Amino acid sequence: MNALEVGDLRVRFGEVPAVRGVGFAVAPGEVLGLVGESGSGKSVTGLAVMGLLPARATVTGSVRLRGAELLGGTDRELSRVRGRDLAMIFQDPQSALTPVHRIGDQIAEAVRAHGGTTRSRAWRRALDLLDLVGVPDAARAARAYPHQFSGGMRQRVMIAMAVAHDPAVIIADEPTTALDVTVQAQVLEVLKTARQATGAAILMITHDLGVVAGLADRVLVMYAGRVVESGTAEEVFYRPRMPYTIGLLAATPLLDGGPPVPIPGGPPPSGALPPGCPFEPRCRYASAPCRTTEPSLTERAACHNPQRPQPRPAEGPGVRRTRSADVILQVTGLRRAYGAVQAVDGVDFEVRAGETLALVGESGCGKTTTLMEILALAAPQAGRIVVLGRDVSALPRQARQELRRDLQIVFQDPAAALDPRMRIADLLAEPLRAHGVAEPEVERRVCELLGLVGLDPDFAGRFPRGLSGGQRQRIGIARALALRPRLIVLDEPVSALDVSVQAGIMDLLATLQLNLGVAYLIVAHDLAVVRHLADRVAVMYLGRIAEIGSVEAVYGTPAHPYTRALLSAIPVPDPRLERGRSRVLLPGDPPGPARAPAGCRFRARCPLHTELGAADRERCAAEEPRLRPAGAGAGADQSVACHYSEGLIR
Amino acid sequence: MARFVLRRAVGSVVLVVVAVSLAYLLAATALHPRANFEGRSPRPPERVIDARLTELNLNDRTPLPDRYAVWVTGLLRGDLGRDFDGDPVAGELGRRIWVSLRLLLIGTVLGGVLGVALGACSAVRQYRLSDRLITLASFVVLAVPVFVLAVLLQMGAQKVNDATGTRIFQWAGQDGLSHLVLPTVTIVLAQVAVYSRYQRSMMLDVLSADFVRTARAKGLRRGTALRRHALRTAVIPMTTYFAYNLGLLLLGAVFIEKIFGWHGMGEWLIDSIGRGDVNAVAAFDLFAAGLVLVAGLLADLAQAALDPRVRVSR
Ligand code: SF4
Ligand code: SF4
Repeated sequence: MNALEVGDLRVRFGEVPAVRGVGFAVAPGEVLGLVGESGSGKSVTGLAVMGLLPARATVTGSVRLRGAELLGGTDRELSRVRGRDLAMIFQDPQSALTPVHRIGDQIAEAVRAHGGTTRSRAWRRALDLLDLVGVPDAARAARAYPHQFSGGMRQRVMIAMAVAHDPAVIIADEPTTALDVTVQAQVLEVLKTARQATGAAILMITHDLGVVAGLADRVLVMYAGRVVESGTAEEVFYRPRMPYTIGLLAATPLLDGGPPVPIPGGPPPSGALPPGCPFEPRCRYASAPCRTTEPSLTERAACHNPQRPQPRPAEGPGVRRTRSADVILQVTGLRRAYGAVQAVDGVDFEVRAGETLALVGESGCGKTTTLMEILALAAPQAGRIVVLGRDVSALPRQARQELRRDLQIVFQDPAAALDPRMRIADLLAEPLRAHGVAEPEVERRVCELLGLVGLDPDFAGRFPRGLSGGQRQRIGIARALALRPRLIVLDEPVSALDVSVQAGIMDLLATLQLNLGVAYLIVAHDLAVVRHLADRVAVMYLGRIAEIGSVEAVYGTPAHPYTRALLSAIPVPDPRLERGRSRVLLPGDPPGPARAPAGCRFRARCPLHTELGAADRERCAAEEPRLRPAGAGAGADQSVACHYSEGLIR
Repeated sequence: MARFVLRRAVGSVVLVVVAVSLAYLLAATALHPRANFEGRSPRPPERVIDARLTELNLNDRTPLPDRYAVWVTGLLRGDLGRDFDGDPVAGELGRRIWVSLRLLLIGTVLGGVLGVALGACSAVRQYRLSDRLITLASFVVLAVPVFVLAVLLQMGAQKVNDATGTRIFQWAGQDGLSHLVLPTVTIVLAQVAVYSRYQRSMMLDVLSADFVRTARAKGLRRGTALRRHALRTAVIPMTTYFAYNLGLLLLGAVFIEKIFGWHGMGEWLIDSIGRGDVNAVAAFDLFAAGLVLVAGLLADLAQAALDPRVRVSR
């Protein structure tokens, strides 16, 4: 018997449909991946199965757990099932645990929720569960409160609670999305352990194709509230049929291989679906019936004209330019401390005209602080920042104002960065007017800017609210371009966007750079994105640069053990590859920006360090490695801060 | 933790001194004890009045700094001065302080507990009939000044007394329980109205919190999850409101005591102001300042006890 069977599930919020007839079955021990972008209805499906949707949602269809119908059950009936036979792991470990109760108590509460144990037995079971999910020193950890735990540790606690009663089904809703990539790798391992320990069927809800490729036996792709493709992982990844799936795979940035290909437009708002196939407005293969009849899910795909995937275009048309000699931004020995916390601890790099440098690293590595220091255009606590040949610490007011024109920023969250009460035209005109551009010129320039970022001129009269995420980010970029800057600083420019939209923004940034010669300094955490956005990359760890160099060199022959671990931690959307490869699993969490230890600051997590001889280890502990040219071929643009990186490069 | 409490306590004492000094100076400038002699007939000779006022340290012809110095010196010895009748203020304070505290304590505890409960219920049933009724009732109580509320209650009680021909409710004398009912009800009502509003909005914030969903996913019933997780978290900010609210409560209590003939600190204050009894007024201020500061300290302690995040960061 199937562990979970969902039939013709429909969810409406008022008049707005969120899920429009979803059906699937999961066998015991099977992992079913539920993939989709934001608004596709995948999370709502998960919550509907749990019976945890808010009261204003109308749910119809059927949800059968081991044959027993759950839909329509009372709170009393469902609470007997939840947590015992049917468990759920939520996305955001920040808010998913109650801040005022001890970790151990929260797990013990899950144990006791289904009766039959004493308080002390439940506490002991909580300790065992913490052990199972790999929380070190369980006895002490159980007495801690959630805010004393890192995100990864909290997510382990969530898993511990989920497996407390050996459930038949575990629903995992984006369980690793909020985590750093090395921690994500750890938590995915824990999830595999949990699956083995319980034999549960897992419904894995995620937008990350890489995660699904590594874990799922079968995959469902959702779009606009329906399943549009289903099959085994191999089928969906290697032989997708539905143009949306094909597009999604092609839009996913890879660590190797050609550039991502954007899908035009964005998903339709769930309140106003087109009459036919919901993907029709974005589909290259649309035909007449697509506009009138919505295709139903047959064997594999819901599509009138099933397709076959195209091979990815090869690496860009060789536009890797020779580096300009014109240095736009020079940072030397930059330091920034907040009290005792040394967030940035001696960072050097330069950005030249027309090129892109990306600062990458996990949370707390100091990349964002570095960015903020540069944007401040003021004397840093220590070190030098030189913009366009001018040292910012000695700038008179007037000159600083001038320099602000040449240095602009694009924020991560386009929704938060744009004043919702202003028209697009005014948003774009604001920087122009602030710098005294004449009114007729302003109007002309606004039109021009909209054209530059690929939007129709009639966007000028609209408000940010009516725009999709991708369109808003385009406005953000247009605004940054208004004053014809020489350098644009981009803080996670695509990480808030859906994959199918991301690629379009990446394309746009590349085109703008080619045409306008503007330089970018990007902060990002997604190494696959950075590979396609940047010319050069600096990998940061605990306030310092661990490795810096051209994208080809750093991704091709990573010299620092940390870079290697980062690259290996990223799940790739290719089931055979993802399951076949061995991972460098880093122990522990990315450390917060604290006082750095003596010697190499990566030592505690360094996989290479453990393989060294005693004398070499001494050196790692005593002497902080400085950036030096990496050994791979003379003249290559690559430097590394590790004493023994030669041991890695071969 | 002990160090934190100590530091807070020392800071509080300084604050009390400043607040009470200012209050004394204000009272000594604004009140005219001499006026008490004006209406007397035969009017005592000026010399006798002066001597009597000087004896009580109430003479407005003595320079203010001198009077203040005498008062402070007395205060340091634990002597709060004398009232207009020549009795020690400290004695009267001692008699009245518990009378008032009894009222305030019951009012705060009952008001707090009921207010939190009502506010939480109201939030859980947002926009249903019970929520609307609770909201309406609390707004009515909030909109009516405390003394109007008190008088209204008194009128209602009179009706009940008349109808039943008994004296269930009383507001004269000091007959214990039956006398306590009306003032307490007034205070509790006002408190419940305030606290339930606060608690309702706090609770609404956490109703759909992720951790409440987690609790239900573990298999807790909705009610249990709301009580143990949502309410437990939403009650923390109430400690701060409690401290803020105490001043207001005190002010309300002054009127309530006077109206119901409750012989506590509030009634004393009003009578003393009427008589220009500077020392008694200053003593009341001492009481009020001490109470507010103790409440602040208690609120901090309660918050630390309820919220581990606060505890660790100290
Ligand atoms: S049904 Fe038509 S529009 Fe929809 S995906 Fe298939 S070809 Fe494209
Ligand atoms: S210097 Fe030593 S500890 Fe640091 S990265 Fe290199 S091998 Fe690892």
